Amino acid sequence: MTHTQKRIITNKIVMFLSTLSALVGISFLLWILSILVINGIDALSMTIFTNGGAPPGNENGGLKHALIGQLMLFAYASLFGVPLGILAGTYLSEYGLKSKLAETIRDISDIMMSAPSIVIGAFVYAIVVAPSGQFSGWAGSIALMIIMLPIILRTTDDMLQLVPSTLREAAFALGAPKYKVIIQVVYRGAKAGVLTGVLLGVARVAGETAPLLFTSFNDNFLNTDMSQPMASLTVTMYNYATSPYEDWQKLGWAAAFILSMFILTLNILGRLFLLKKRGK
Amino acid sequence: MSAIIDKIFANATKFIAIGVLLLVAWIFTVLFEHSLESIEAFGFSFLTETKWAPNLEKFGALPAIYGSVVSTFLAMILAVPLAIGVAIFLSEIAHSKIKTPVGVSIELLAAIPSVIYGMWGLFYFVPIIRDIFGGIGISMLTAGIVLSIMILPFMAAVTRDAMNTTPDILKESAYALGGTKWDVVKDIIIPYAKAGIIGSFILALGRAIGETMAVTFVMGNVHKISADLTQPATSIPVTLANEFAEADSGLYYSSLFELSLLLLVISFTIISIAKFYFLRRKRIGQ
Repeated sequence: MTHTQKRIITNKIVMFLSTLSALVGISFLLWILSILVINGIDALSMTIFTNGGAPPGNENGGLKHALIGQLMLFAYASLFGVPLGILAGTYLSEYGLKSKLAETIRDISDIMMSAPSIVIGAFVYAIVVAPSGQFSGWAGSIALMIIMLPIILRTTDDMLQLVPSTLREAAFALGAPKYKVIIQVVYRGAKAGVLTGVLLGVARVAGETAPLLFTSFNDNFLNTDMSQPMASLTVTMYNYATSPYEDWQKLGWAAAFILSMFILTLNILGRLFLLKKRGK
Repeated sequence: MSAIIDKIFANATKFIAIGVLLLVAWIFTVLFEHSLESIEAFGFSFLTETKWAPNLEKFGALPAIYGSVVSTFLAMILAVPLAIGVAIFLSEIAHSKIKTPVGVSIELLAAIPSVIYGMWGLFYFVPIIRDIFGGIGISMLTAGIVLSIMILPFMAAVTRDAMNTTPDILKESAYALGGTKWDVVKDIIIPYAKAGIIGSFILALGRAIGETMAVTFVMGNVHKISADLTQPATSIPVTLANEFAEADSGLYYSSLFELSLLLLVISFTIISIAKFYFLRRKRIGQ
């Protein structure tokens, strides 16, 4: 066998192996996705959205309590997390630039983005749950906000840096003060990018379960009082799936399906915004 | 007037940005303070003691540490070759008509919450492991496999991104010299993107070790060190997820806080190595 033949054969083997591993990887992922869709659609019904939690064995159980709880936990986390993240990102991109302080904040945020979220839960337990003596919706929202913050901060920073500096200079030349330049020129130029960052940040946090286990805890009934334990889709999913009751497990799959569709929609929307921006 | 607003705006944003740093410092401090009781009670033996018995007020973290290390190691062994395969497939083999949909769906799968991987593991994968290896199916091995599938999309996506940083002109030159695809991958892409590829693996490792929900369903939370991978086990995050809401004594809590601190320090270190040593941050637009 000549050297060339050997190279061609090696090439074929490696190409075969990597195509195979792509197939294996993708089929596993398709497996999970199809199970999610099949079980999810099977378990979906109108009563899921209109009925709250029920004891096992009761056919009329729904997820209304978890959906509303999830939305409230999120609304409050985003209400604080999104503006704070955008403002901090604005500092990095517009004032901090390449200073040592700004670079340190970038590095630490990058690390925090991959840090284990359950640890954030432990931290919030220590500063909110333990002093107040009970699990609460607020504690859950604070944990989610802490996880959301570095993601939004970093994407805002990156997206604002994409705005050409000539735009800023033109506005300065017209005599605009810096805050006006930022709000009216930089923010406007980076709108699609920042929005994408916010969508992806919210999507990332939407699937968080671990930090909610011992902050917002759970409640099998509808509760809208943020100072009380509160249900979320993710924790409900965990409790229902690990329960021995078949009807609860079914509701768990419905919750998994609803949550995944929500997260995938946010991700796809985020991508479309970016594509639209590039298309211009 | 606008000079004042300008100052307020500048200082407010700076204040919030510094707040992020202080928050991280606060997290470390709070976890450390709450660990003190356990650190004083057990000292260094916390890390080497194998007995975790809340009813006897004895807490040793070695089974959890062992479980974290072994499950993550298993996950990496399984996921790394698959991720390299997928990345080579996406960057060199796939036709551009397949490349985009497959690439995008892998990225979307990386966004699916880990609790769903855990649920899939519990209902569909545990029975398979039970049939093949016997036992109850809830085991270290199951946890390692579910974890590997959970990190695969993330790992494949970042590895592909690292491979794609290789300039086309280098690849084209190699092809022009008669190189096969494998020659190009092995002699051009891998040497060029080496740091990025290793960095992505370490980053995935950092994520896997702190992953809670994908493994909590299938690991069993049993504080025992066993060389038999088909036995139930525990890891640091699994212990935290299962026991935090139920702890009933100061020392129990403090031990759990020490576990959290340990986990944070380990993942902080791993992620820092990946970020600073291998993946120097690339600025968009520069």
